[in-house]
Amino acid sequence: MTAVTRIRSRTAVIPTRDIDTDQIIPARFLTTTSREGLGASLFHDLRFDGNGKPRPEFVLNQPEAQGCEILVAGNNFGCGSSREHAPWALLDFGIRAVISTEIADIFRNNSLKNGLVPIIVNEETLDFLLANPGIELDIDVAQSTLTLPDGNVVEFPIDAFARYCLVEGIDQLGFLQLQEKRIKEFEEQRTWTP
Amino acid sequence: MGSTLFEKVWSQHIVAPETADTPAVLYIDLHLIHEVTTPQAFSLLREKGLPVRRTDLTLATMDHSTPTTPVSTFKDLLVAGEGAAGQVRQMQQNCEDFGIELHGFDSPHRGIVHVIGPELGATQPGKTIVCGDSHTSTHGAFGALAFGIGTTEVGHVLATQCLLQRKPKTMAIEVDGTFAAGVGAKDLILAIIGKIGVDGGTGHVLEYRGPAIEALDMDQRMTVCNMSIEGGARAGMIAPDDTTFDYLCGRPRAPQGADWDAAVERWRGLATDDDAAFDRTVRLSASDLGPMVTFGTNPGMVIGVNEPVPDAGSDPSFRKALDYMQVSPGKPLTETAVDVVFVGSCTNSRLSDLQQAASIIKGRKVADGVRMLVVPGSQQIKSEAEQIGLDRIFSEAGAEWREAGCSMCLGMNGDTVGEGQLSVSTSNRNFEGRQGIGARTVLASPMTAAASAITGRVTDPRPYLADL
Repeated sequence: MTAVTRIRSRTAVIPTRDIDTDQIIPARFLTTTSREGLGASLFHDLRFDGNGKPRPEFVLNQPEAQGCEILVAGNNFGCGSSREHAPWALLDFGIRAVISTEIADIFRNNSLKNGLVPIIVNEETLDFLLANPGIELDIDVAQSTLTLPDGNVVEFPIDAFARYCLVEGIDQLGFLQLQEKRIKEFEEQRTWTP
Repeated sequence: MGSTLFEKVWSQHIVAPETADTPAVLYIDLHLIHEVTTPQAFSLLREKGLPVRRTDLTLATMDHSTPTTPVSTFKDLLVAGEGAAGQVRQMQQNCEDFGIELHGFDSPHRGIVHVIGPELGATQPGKTIVCGDSHTSTHGAFGALAFGIGTTEVGHVLATQCLLQRKPKTMAIEVDGTFAAGVGAKDLILAIIGKIGVDGGTGHVLEYRGPAIEALDMDQRMTVCNMSIEGGARAGMIAPDDTTFDYLCGRPRAPQGADWDAAVERWRGLATDDDAAFDRTVRLSASDLGPMVTFGTNPGMVIGVNEPVPDAGSDPSFRKALDYMQVSPGKPLTETAVDVVFVGSCTNSRLSDLQQAASIIKGRKVADGVRMLVVPGSQQIKSEAEQIGLDRIFSEAGAEWREAGCSMCLGMNGDTVGEGQLSVSTSNRNFEGRQGIGARTVLASPMTAAASAITGRVTDPRPYLADL
């Protein structure tokens, strides 16, 4: 995983609540055996009409959203299935952080393992971000802060280990492999076997 | 203070405890895998030259992208598309190369991963069970701690049989009362999600408890636990009891002989202690419930089948959902025309689900213009259903009787609902486009789905109740 320390970008805003992973990437695009190139299918049915033409009203199709690396969304972003294709598609499209008042558990876990930064803010901050699309934010992952254009600093919660892995660009599998001795001991010492 | 069921299972699987700096290392007893969320994990193992650490604790099947028409040649696979066919071939290759037991097209046990785990007796109380699929919560019906993971974590479990996890909070869902005729587990779980909301369970493991839960059979308990994720909870659990043990006894992967007796003794100790505490408690009565249906685009947007759709007010997300569904506030769904009825999915494709739908369909006809698809959860269930004649009941009524798979629940195998069509579905998600581009989904029980197929409208099943 590539290290993620700082993200400075304008925001793109989708105010809808409960955006599920079927909307982020519809299931028919999951018949792939690769993790590459999924950005083309990101929000497919919201971005394109039945003929494959971009829907001009959808935020990511608008000129001011081009190059935005931060997505702000309504409460409970990423609910639904466990498909890691959802963060893969967002990253491949160029989104590096997602901000909401709640981010669904599996999506949040998957994001952290791929360098997509899930940021939980309170309702007041989200309301401000939803009402002011396109503002420039400065996200400091090591400090767990985001700085608003007026200089106000908002702290966000993030698990210490996940943050360490993000900032250092560490793959968590390596950490688990270092536990091999303890895993073996656990297997030998347990009183029943599955 | 005592421990909850979840806390007991959790603590028995800690390889290394969590600290402020690092999550717990949690041992996994059963890893279920399927063709859609594993190819990239196997690629990682190949890149790193790693074996699968415990092939004996890994069980594979193919369900998501497989056709529900019979497969005997490679050409048959192509009905689901070239991508799906490639995924299936890669799954076969991966299982062969890494030495994993695969229930493929030649296995009488192939089926939806959350149906075959219990059916084979691999799902057992007190186990930790994961799968790259959010409906892994199903297995919690046996008192297992079971949850969905992403593909990176699938790779972690394949390589180390462990996961890094922070300990979740606990929530008790206490259900008393008794179910009226025509009302069951699906109606209950929809009502629960309606009450707690689609993010109500985020960060929590649910425990369903109380007399109404204890009265459910295993199929119904699986229906309830299956949809825990739709309330935002990764896992839902039910304490194992004699109903659980009776279901498991004699199944191929269940313990046998003296091992069985020892296992049951151990399993009896898993129930939540009387003096244990939950972080949160929610109470409902089964006696208050009627048949439930969803009216919007998430499973928390739920009403009684005869109740009016609530008013959207000024909430744009709510209004957007009603617009997508083409339903109006103040009116019930009972006048809404139905195009497709789907009985299937890991929520409601087990033998008793099919029997409930068949009891209503028997001797009647699917309404003109309605397509009804009945997809058993596994080839084993298909065969059991055929032995008692359910296939004939459905076929004579004009429904399609299919091979096992996930099918129209997520429409990635070619079984889809057409644009703008309305589907009454026994599956678990009514998200926009879930069953096909522009498809409108109403989630319901097998009985409500069957009654809706007969009338061609969203229909209360209670006037149609009959013995099979």
